[in-house]
Amino acid sequence: MNVMTRLAPEPALIERDFAVPDIRCAGCISKLEQGLVRDARIRSARVNFTEKRVHVAHTADADMPALLGAFTSLGFEAHPIGEGPKDVDGEAASSQELVRAVAVSGFAMMNIMLLSVSVWSGATGVTRDLFHWLSALIALPTIAYAGRPFFRSAWRALRHGHTNMDVPISIGVTLATALSIYETATHGAHAYFDSAVMLLFFLLCGRWLDSVMRDRARGGVTALLRNMGTGAMVVGADGSTHWTDATQLQPGMVMLVAAGERLAADGVIVQGRTRIDLSLLTGESAPQDADIDDPVHAGTLNIDAPVRVRVTAAGTDTAIADIARLMGEASQGKSRYVRIADRAARLYAPAVHGLAITAFAGWMVAGAGWHEALLIAVAVLIITCPCALGLAVPAAQIVAAGALMKRGVLIKDGSALERMAEIDRALIDKTGTLTLGRPVASNLAEIAREHYPLLLALAQMSRHPLSAALTRDLTAQGVHAAQIDEVQETPGFGVAALWNHRPVTLGRPQGHEAGSELASELSIDGQPVALVRFADALRPDAVQAIGALRAEGVDAMILSGDRIEAVAPVARALGLTAMTGLSPQDKLAAIGRTSGAGHKVLMIGDGLNDGPALAAGHASMAPGSASDVGKNASDCIFMGDRLMPVVDTIRMAKRTQAIVRQNFALAIGYNVVAVPLAFAGLVTPLVAAIAMSGSSLIVVGNALRLKGALK
Amino acid sequence: MNGLLLLIPIALSLGLLGLGAFFWSVQGGQYDDMDGAALRILVDDDAGADGALP
Repeated sequence: MNVMTRLAPEPALIERDFAVPDIRCAGCISKLEQGLVRDARIRSARVNFTEKRVHVAHTADADMPALLGAFTSLGFEAHPIGEGPKDVDGEAASSQELVRAVAVSGFAMMNIMLLSVSVWSGATGVTRDLFHWLSALIALPTIAYAGRPFFRSAWRALRHGHTNMDVPISIGVTLATALSIYETATHGAHAYFDSAVMLLFFLLCGRWLDSVMRDRARGGVTALLRNMGTGAMVVGADGSTHWTDATQLQPGMVMLVAAGERLAADGVIVQGRTRIDLSLLTGESAPQDADIDDPVHAGTLNIDAPVRVRVTAAGTDTAIADIARLMGEASQGKSRYVRIADRAARLYAPAVHGLAITAFAGWMVAGAGWHEALLIAVAVLIITCPCALGLAVPAAQIVAAGALMKRGVLIKDGSALERMAEIDRALIDKTGTLTLGRPVASNLAEIAREHYPLLLALAQMSRHPLSAALTRDLTAQGVHAAQIDEVQETPGFGVAALWNHRPVTLGRPQGHEAGSELASELSIDGQPVALVRFADALRPDAVQAIGALRAEGVDAMILSGDRIEAVAPVARALGLTAMTGLSPQDKLAAIGRTSGAGHKVLMIGDGLNDGPALAAGHASMAPGSASDVGKNASDCIFMGDRLMPVVDTIRMAKRTQAIVRQNFALAIGYNVVAVPLAFAGLVTPLVAAIAMSGSSLIVVGNALRLKGALK
Repeated sequence: MNGLLLLIPIALSLGLLGLGAFFWSVQGGQYDDMDGAALRILVDDDAGADGALP
């Protein structure tokens, strides 16, 4: 009996995905894959570098904190990824299905072209018939397989009584194939198998690019969603604690919420006293005191001290369910938006059909046989089929999205870029959007530099949000920590330690300073020596960004849920007007009023309270630090502390729209030349093949110019 | 003509072979992590050799 067989009755493994944003190099891959499996409970770990996530298979006895601990011990921060939000458009073909269709049609196109070239170079008689039959043999299964995305979508559109781009495509391909089979059977000279398959190939490339773009952004967004799959430490009846997933939380359970942790459910405080940061929920920047019996909400951040909270509502019953309902209503407007290619198709499709019918009727009247007339009508259909519309728009948009992704902007789909190009008003949330949304030490300059190493040493020892802020700010200044011993952290107060045998503390200010303001006090030998104040700072380039917005012809205004005293300094610094103290409904109403006045509104916000407004805006953006609701509701997400990516996105969107319009102009120009030729009956399969590939190459080449548009 | 009858099936089956290989590689997830694949060549396979890294 060897080792393998003894291990054979393997207990069922649980598979989970973790987002690990810090995977940067090959070293990280080997460190994670080899380091994680050293924990006996983790059986396998596989890094996906592109999506910055790790797939872990572990035994049932490894709970979430243990798994996260395994990542932390390797020096990585991991976020569990829950089930992603379900695809809204369930009927749309997946990327993998499309890539298969592209491969099949590409293979078929090349082989049919090989046969067609020999026909065009003068094969006659039996050879030509043989080649046509072979082409048919390859083309028919290909069209049946690779054409499905178009046939399905065209059928859906027709059933609902409207038409889209896929209708002329489907009719063109089907007619061309049917006629070519007839030609082949009657020993005719012209078969359009190559045109039909080539058309499918080019259009599938466009579809595939579109879906790659959506997948890539969706992967990025899922990796950013932190709150999903989180949970809480639940205190059992016997006083023991165990980790419970957010979805398993039940009303009545008591959860232990540490300082610096986000609440996983609504509840009432039953033990302890703390301050709660509501900024993601209401936009309020000042933390709120919370005592026993005070209600607290899911998604808010516990700042000061650990508390016990009795769960009153979990999951879909939480206070944010209300916001979710508002969002559902608000997003209806967006789903009514018709993408530019479909808008063009509304004009284009009837024109194409009209032209083909006119050609058929015209040649019938002129005395040609129905066979010749039909051949010319099919040539018109093929020549006018919207290659440029199907390929040029996605090609331009994926190039633009790729360039923006390098700048830290995730675009969720092509329609977001189209809507972004139209906006002329920006409504911006304050907390977390114009500001960083996290405390920043505001008076470091007033504190004697000799205290910096000690401050850093003490701050490093704590996970408290203010300590974390202080650590970040001091590290950024290149401060090195002092040597301290016997560190002790007291929840609700702060950190105490020994420094050169003298007792030092960093914690909640004592005496008169203990107001609502965020501050930490450093004491040496029990004597306060420095008071570090914290405030939410403006993003470093907010002033330039607002200026650049104005230069782009976009007027901005602040829409905040915060108090007027907190908003006024920001509004003054940026020279913007502001509306304050707004509820989610108020924000929604403000957007409604602005849109009603004929403006296209860009909503930029981060909080739960911005969710409905983000869903209602003509376009919307959220910073990477936003609440999950905010990130899910917005069209674009920008990373980092700078606000300039917002302006970059608008510029890029406008540039993309310009390229798309140029491509349309090119397509129309090409039709102006080609359609009369088709009408005259001069378009043979050879001419159609050259025209189609030529025009596709030109529009793709034009789209590629966007690559350098932001330089 | 006889040459064609031999060569065309050969050409088609070679093409089909390529198509099959592509399908197989998509199915196996070889395109799921393009950037990672480029980096994995730098990773040492044997887990015991950690200390040997400079």
